[in-house]
Amino acid sequence: MNILVFLETSEGKIKKTSLEAMAYAHGMNGVTTAIVLGKADAGDLQTLGKYGAAKVLHAADTKLDEPIIQVYSSVLAHAMQDEKADVLLLANSSLGTPVAAKVAIKLGASFASNVTELPDTSSGFTVKRSIYTGKAFAFVELTGAKKVITLKKNAAELKETGGNAPVVNYTVPLNEADFNTKILKTEKATGDILLPEAEIVVSGGRGMKGPEHWGILEDLAKALHAATGCSKPVSDMGWRPHHEHVGQTGVKVAPQLYIAVGISGAIQHLAGVNSSKCIVVINKDADAPFFKAADYGIVGDAFEVVPKLTQAILASK
Amino acid sequence: MKILVCISHVPDTTSKIAFTDNNTKLETSGVQYIIGPYDDYALARAVELKESSGASITVLNVGLAETEPTIRKALAIGADEAIRVNAFPTDSLFVATQIAEQAKNYDLILMGRESIDFNSGVVHAMVGEILGIPSVSPVMKLDIDGTKVTMTKEIEGGKEQVESNLPLVAGCQEPIAEWKIPNMRGIMSARTKPLKIVEPKGIEAISINKKFELPAPKSAVKMISADNVVELVTRLKTEAKVL
Ligand SMILES: Cc1cc2nc3c(=O)[nH]c(=O)nc-3n(C[C@H](O)[C@H](O)[C@H](O)COP(=O)(O)OP(=O)(O)OC[C@H]3O[C@@H](n4cnc5c(N)ncnc54)[C@H](O)[C@@H]3O)c2cc1C
Ligand SMILES: Nc1ncnc2c1ncn2[C@@H]1O[C@H](COP(=O)(O)O)[C@@H](O)[C@H]1O
Repeated sequence: MNILVFLETSEGKIKKTSLEAMAYAHGMNGVTTAIVLGKADAGDLQTLGKYGAAKVLHAADTKLDEPIIQVYSSVLAHAMQDEKADVLLLANSSLGTPVAAKVAIKLGASFASNVTELPDTSSGFTVKRSIYTGKAFAFVELTGAKKVITLKKNAAELKETGGNAPVVNYTVPLNEADFNTKILKTEKATGDILLPEAEIVVSGGRGMKGPEHWGILEDLAKALHAATGCSKPVSDMGWRPHHEHVGQTGVKVAPQLYIAVGISGAIQHLAGVNSSKCIVVINKDADAPFFKAADYGIVGDAFEVVPKLTQAILASK
Repeated sequence: MKILVCISHVPDTTSKIAFTDNNTKLETSGVQYIIGPYDDYALARAVELKESSGASITVLNVGLAETEPTIRKALAIGADEAIRVNAFPTDSLFVATQIAEQAKNYDLILMGRESIDFNSGVVHAMVGEILGIPSVSPVMKLDIDGTKVTMTKEIEGGKEQVESNLPLVAGCQEPIAEWKIPNMRGIMSARTKPLKIVEPKGIEAISINKKFELPAPKSAVKMISADNVVELVTRLKTEAKVL
């Protein structure tokens, strides 16, 4: 089986979620070609061999520096043909998911998004995907000759297998008509750990009482090298930016550790965190529903518990 | 301007999910169905555009007869007419194919960023691809000036300002508009607004839902005293192994 893996970059650096797609490809035991579009860090391209790529295609055309979905989907559809690839793998993201959907249409390929585990190929090709916002899974058989799959975070564990792969310059004719959307401006929190990709998330709810109290959560996040998140009312009231809002109608996270402070645990909030490996809840109300979904709980006042926890973490280092 | 709003008919966000028939069907008893929450934002923005610039709104659902109360609710909120493609929405490709069949003569096609049942987040991209027009999602702000559309799109950790042209497909999310609640007049007039039922275009299925599964139940929470946060740190390190 020939597998093509699309690796997304952020300021030229390959995203970790995309490396998980490499690990997934490795688990499928196929021949893996990695593809990177636009500006990319040469060192990062070199490391892809270590993650299992037999070959790395780099389409370095500066016109690909900006992630235009239509353009990217055409390039990937082209690469699927050129490489005679059977499967295209991408990480779920605001870029990867729509690009994948378009490639699937172009190639007439079977498609599944939000895939959480390696396929079952004992008879046919069946993937497990997350549905009902993490409340259930579906097993979907993909019967098309070609398949396009987007992966949910943690679908495969990163593995360095230590190989070396040649980095090949890949050129494709770009179609002017594909530049059908123009990115006027990008505003991105820089330097911070991005919430959707974070291994640890410290999240605050209405129990924090106001934006001026976020300092103690930021200190905790800093001590843990974590991203900060929040509940919906918190972003609705403008205490925190919208892109930090976690839940059914916000970001879905899947970190190793999710620490919820002053969040009651409404079902719509839980829908965004139920893929976390470990959940810690700090709430002054012992009956808060969130405790039922938690691994560890502390009943107490956030303003006392959080600074103590930060101290304890710093002391344990 | 002609706007098409595609709505999914999904279990209310608080629904408990369970399956029957050997885990092949959703247990629907006790489940309340609603317009997909993101689709509700799409509809709300369409109503605003209608109020500000006189657009007409058609709502479209791919679903069996049971979805009609949900469609009527969209009519009550402010859509002028409705189309129901009479088929069970088996997968994204099927739904996108049916929508594209109906969507050819619209200037703006609004959807939700994702449905909250199958959560694919792709129908808008597929419809755009089939029709050969741009698609942008998730859109938090959308303004139209002539045929030029400016949008704010959410990306990981931030946002992008995007410009494109009509016709266009947009997948919406808050805060694009405030959800609208139907008023009495809306509810009355919804009963008589046209709802057209069309038969689906047949396509070969290339993905098949075999069965469903619920996540493994969570083990009981371990409570730790607020005076003993050191114990929490120790347990996170040695027991949960997440630090
Ligand atoms: C369609 C729909 C979609 C939704 N989507 C989302 C979503 O994506 N994400 C989301 O979060 N919500 C969502 N909601 C809203 C959700 O239902 C809840 O209203 C929301 O999650 C509650 O936020 P909260 O826990 O911060 O606030 P509250 O429910 O007000 O809880 C505050 C908590 O803080 C505790 N507390 C107070 N003071 C302290 C203190 N000093 N120390 C410690 N604890 C304290 C209280 O005991 C309480 O448990 C959605 C709702 C709907 C209808
Ligand atoms: N059965 C359906 N009928 C009409 N529109 C739908 C249907 N399913 C999904 N959609 C639209 O497509 C969007 C994205 O859905 P999905 O790709 O399934 O997450 C939804 O928010 C709806 O606007």
